[in-house]
Amino acid sequence: MNEIWQGLIEAGRLIATLDADLIEISLRSLQVTVTAVLIASAIGIPFGAWLAVKRFRHRRAAIALLNALMGLPPVAVGLFVYMLLSRSGPFGVFGLLFTPAAMIVAQVFILTPLVASLAHQSMRELWADYHDLLISLGATRRQRIAAIVRDGRRALLTAALAGFGRGIGEVGAIMIVGGNIDHATRVLTTAIALETGKGNFALALGLGFVLIGLAISVNWLVHTLSRTEGGARW
Amino acid sequence: MSGMIRVVLAALVAAVVAGTALAETMKLAVTTSFENSGLAGVLLPEIAADLGIEVQLLVVGTGQAIRLGAAGDVDAILVHARAAEEDFVASGDGAHRTEIMYNDFVLIGPGDDPAGIAGAGTADAALTAIAASRAPFASRGDDSGTHKKELALWEAAGIGPEARDVGWYKETGSGMGATLNTAAGLGAYVMSDRASWLNFGNKGDLVLLFAGDPALFNQYAYLPVNPAKHPHVKAEAATAVEDWLISDRARALIDGYRLGGEQLFTFNAARE
Repeated sequence: MNEIWQGLIEAGRLIATLDADLIEISLRSLQVTVTAVLIASAIGIPFGAWLAVKRFRHRRAAIALLNALMGLPPVAVGLFVYMLLSRSGPFGVFGLLFTPAAMIVAQVFILTPLVASLAHQSMRELWADYHDLLISLGATRRQRIAAIVRDGRRALLTAALAGFGRGIGEVGAIMIVGGNIDHATRVLTTAIALETGKGNFALALGLGFVLIGLAISVNWLVHTLSRTEGGARW
Repeated sequence: MSGMIRVVLAALVAAVVAGTALAETMKLAVTTSFENSGLAGVLLPEIAADLGIEVQLLVVGTGQAIRLGAAGDVDAILVHARAAEEDFVASGDGAHRTEIMYNDFVLIGPGDDPAGIAGAGTADAALTAIAASRAPFASRGDDSGTHKKELALWEAAGIGPEARDVGWYKETGSGMGATLNTAAGLGAYVMSDRASWLNFGNKGDLVLLFAGDPALFNQYAYLPVNPAKHPHVKAEAATAVEDWLISDRARALIDGYRLGGEQLFTFNAARE
């Protein structure tokens, strides 16, 4: 119990002193995960909506597969991306391994199925409501997708935030493809793993509290900016 | 809404990118024991000041360090597992092997020392006593240099893999710090490099019980990745860092490094 208190105190000290290393790794955590969420949303949301609107033969199997991919093990994804980006791998010439770009690539693999699957769930219900209207208006498939995405934007925001939540706390994949290099690819989660390995539990726990605080702040900020859950809105 | 988020994001990304400066960088895969010792924190700023090279460390086990070097993903490696290093050079992945320094391994265990290894004369005798008492022992089990050394010591003591059953011999499959954490939790014996042990923050009941047998000495070597096989590596930077590591300047810093009043590393550079 004592160590948990020390962790809280350590978190308070790091934030109060605006510790330069803490700010650097926190910004890098945000940079990697927010970029990955934007890319994953740009792919996953249209795909999820398309899957809700389009009827095709193996749709059920495709949805089952997509849902299963939500559980992709990050360590395996990390190893896969490592092999792709390694100098001896197919994309080695770009020299991306052990850079934040590699970490973003790995997180896009992890987050896209999650965002797409959640987007599909919410779009499917909207589509059930809008189906007759949009068909009778003679909307093209592109227009149908655009209409349900626009009206379902709050649910899609939740899907993106779920992706953010999975990405910001992820350590297995980014440890492998980023390498946890000080001042280059170290982020909050890999720093926590490192400090735990050194037995510095208070500092590791303090970083953990900072990470939780960061996740709460981002969610709050996004909801504020998008004015959801306001007094007069339902 | 999304426009505003993008502006905030762009500002964040710019702030992060602006943080990096130094002219040249090279990637060096090193073992956890080197990083945990704190010596890296002394040497790297000096290298940056003298050579203008920023050495980026990838802290991994020796097995993974050699894999990274063989794939050409780092420019050089600094490890401690002689047989594996020689294979690395023989396969053409490593240019050559340069010995830099050594430190030593120590045997750690619970303060009440149920196997009584504190009075053992040799590492052989200490390990034999642990096996005979079947007191728990935490092994790295991760193919690192430390793990390979530990296995060689068990073999030398005549205690083969079949004698090390899971009833007392626990392979953690993780780094030195995680293994020390496990040992602290189990009240187990564990072999660690001295530096990782001194820097470890969660000692609990564990104490240093046995050290000093020359069999426990641990030679570090620097191996640049072979530019003939991997043309993209930063061979010039790797060579400059190597020349620096065998210089008298490095000797003074390495021999002079103290942790808790103890000298950790002994400089013995010799180019092969």
